Amino acid sequence: MSQPSRFQPFLQLTLCRLREFIREPEAIFWVYGFPLIMTLVLGIAFRDKKVDEQYVVDIEEGPHADFVERSLQAEGARFKLQRGPFLEAKQRLRTGKTTLIVQSGASQQADVIYLADPVRPESSLAQKAVDDVLQKARGRQDVLKSTTTEFNEPGGRYIDLLVPGLLGMGLMGGGLFGVGFAIVDMRIRKLLKRFLATPMRRPDFLLAIMTSRFVFMLPEVIMLLLFSYFIFDVRIQGSLWLVVLCIVLGGITFSGIGLLVASRAKTLETASGLMNLVMLPMWVLSGVFFSADRFPDAVQPIIRALPLTLLIDALRAVMNEGAGILQIGWQLLGLILWGVLTFVVALKIFRWS
Amino acid sequence: MKSVAIKCIDLKKTYPAKPPVEAVRGLDLTIETGECFGLLGPNGAGKTTTIEILEGLLEPTSGEVEVLSMKWKDQGAAIRERIGISLQETKLSDKLTVGETVRLFRSFYSQGITSEEAIASVSLQEKTNTWINKLSGGQKQRLAVACAIVGKPDLLFLDEPTTGLDPQSRRQLWEIIQGYKDQGRTILLTTHYMDEAEKLCDRVGVVDHGKLIALGQPRQLIDELAGGHVLEFEFNIDQAGDEAPLRALPGALELRREGQRFSMVVQEVHVTLPALLEWTRNQNRVLTSLATHTATLEDVFVKLTGRHLRDEGAKS
Repeated sequence: MSQPSRFQPFLQLTLCRLREFIREPEAIFWVYGFPLIMTLVLGIAFRDKKVDEQYVVDIEEGPHADFVERSLQAEGARFKLQRGPFLEAKQRLRTGKTTLIVQSGASQQADVIYLADPVRPESSLAQKAVDDVLQKARGRQDVLKSTTTEFNEPGGRYIDLLVPGLLGMGLMGGGLFGVGFAIVDMRIRKLLKRFLATPMRRPDFLLAIMTSRFVFMLPEVIMLLLFSYFIFDVRIQGSLWLVVLCIVLGGITFSGIGLLVASRAKTLETASGLMNLVMLPMWVLSGVFFSADRFPDAVQPIIRALPLTLLIDALRAVMNEGAGILQIGWQLLGLILWGVLTFVVALKIFRWS
Repeated sequence: MKSVAIKCIDLKKTYPAKPPVEAVRGLDLTIETGECFGLLGPNGAGKTTTIEILEGLLEPTSGEVEVLSMKWKDQGAAIRERIGISLQETKLSDKLTVGETVRLFRSFYSQGITSEEAIASVSLQEKTNTWINKLSGGQKQRLAVACAIVGKPDLLFLDEPTTGLDPQSRRQLWEIIQGYKDQGRTILLTTHYMDEAEKLCDRVGVVDHGKLIALGQPRQLIDELAGGHVLEFEFNIDQAGDEAPLRALPGALELRREGQRFSMVVQEVHVTLPALLEWTRNQNRVLTSLATHTATLEDVFVKLTGRHLRDEGAKS
């Protein structure tokens, strides 16, 4: 009679979870295929978009309209011009079809008035560019000779910002859904209750769930990193091992949160409601698609403490800025804290039947 | 003196609700080592609540429970090592094979039989590498039993092991349970099939409304409470007031009427039946149906509660 080792239950539980996962082809597509598609679509959408490529500018009819149009036309494709009445132009500005309106002769004090939308960056950029051209056309001399070299190195593009964001989002979704749904499903099937009636150690079970989730996640992460390297030349500036560490900690933390979310839910509906409650704020606030710096200063401390922000900040720092472990120490510590805390609380309040 | 496997005194379980549901209302039970004990009763009688308290899955509201001379509160882990259970409705993972599932359960116990032995003892060897969602209901139930016995438990709990199974699967399971019993191990099973209890159990306890209303060996209960035989019959013409003359027939012990149908407990069929036929002829009536059977636990239950076991849900 074989005497099973101390690790046998953990091993068997983990193996069973992994087997169940790989025998579910649709799940594999959603877990592995979806992030890649998302990266591809977003990466292409924002690929070569230079901010100052072309501005749409509306010119209102007036005394200086011809001068404005002529001067801007001389710049070639930089400006796409449209002449017309003011009300029409305003409507176009409101609906985002144009970036700037140039009013000429509307006022005694100024030759032209720019009507720009201050919340749209390209609107103020267009204003600067148009003003430059018009001033030069009227004879302004530059006093300082300057030229600009375009910066387009890997690490500074939108896709470089996006890939760590998507990595973080994938880890969050996978952790919460993977762990949460699996547990609630087992609770509904009374399998948890059945396990409880055996000598199985409870932490073994919870650790196995987290570990198996973690193992599924590895291919997802590796695929995303390779994919973005080969297609978009997204590189890791810092240490690969530090990226791996961030991913490991992130994976553990979000499995812990998934465990907590599922620790008492009795139906899939409750669980998915709770998961959305947890995930939605982070999707919005943690800066998956843009930097979280854009939110007001007052809420920054809260946003910075969210697990997804911690993870994405750390990943971006290592991947794009080549940060070392000391520079992301706080983020790593924060992730560990979240992971430990949620696991312990989940274990305490866990409902087995 | 025989050792005691399960002992519970004045067990009570009340579920908080409005009004509170008293699932178990003061139940005393002692089950000896090596015994196969059946807890009988209709759905909702409190069988599952009782068995889950004994399995350590539910906490009793009050009362004392000892399993294998240990208390759940102090020695839960030790008890779990030595019991095996099959819950009424566990859905094991569809996409795991029989072998994988039994190996998983085996890993939880510090000792036991091998998973291969467990699978063989429920005759599922050929299905070892089959996914669970490809098994029939009976095979799934046998697998549940394999998971229950893989830790070689001293005490086996089976909650309605054959409910919803076809007759052949039920007989297969009976053989498995019988085999386990023959090894001298203790079994506690719940069922609402009386034939199952009569076949398998050394002793049965009848539970109704959270209380034990009868306890004893199946045969003894039947003899004491239901008499030897039961005559069931119906007349072509239904008349009120038939009960008194029928009760007066020789050998008639008891008479119940349900609609047009009579059921009469008699000492001996060959004494009462001719008298019944003669009475019918004298009344110028004809028997449209007539059946006799040896009294069963079902008759015991009817006698005790005035209700049938199986159609409880429909009537209440």
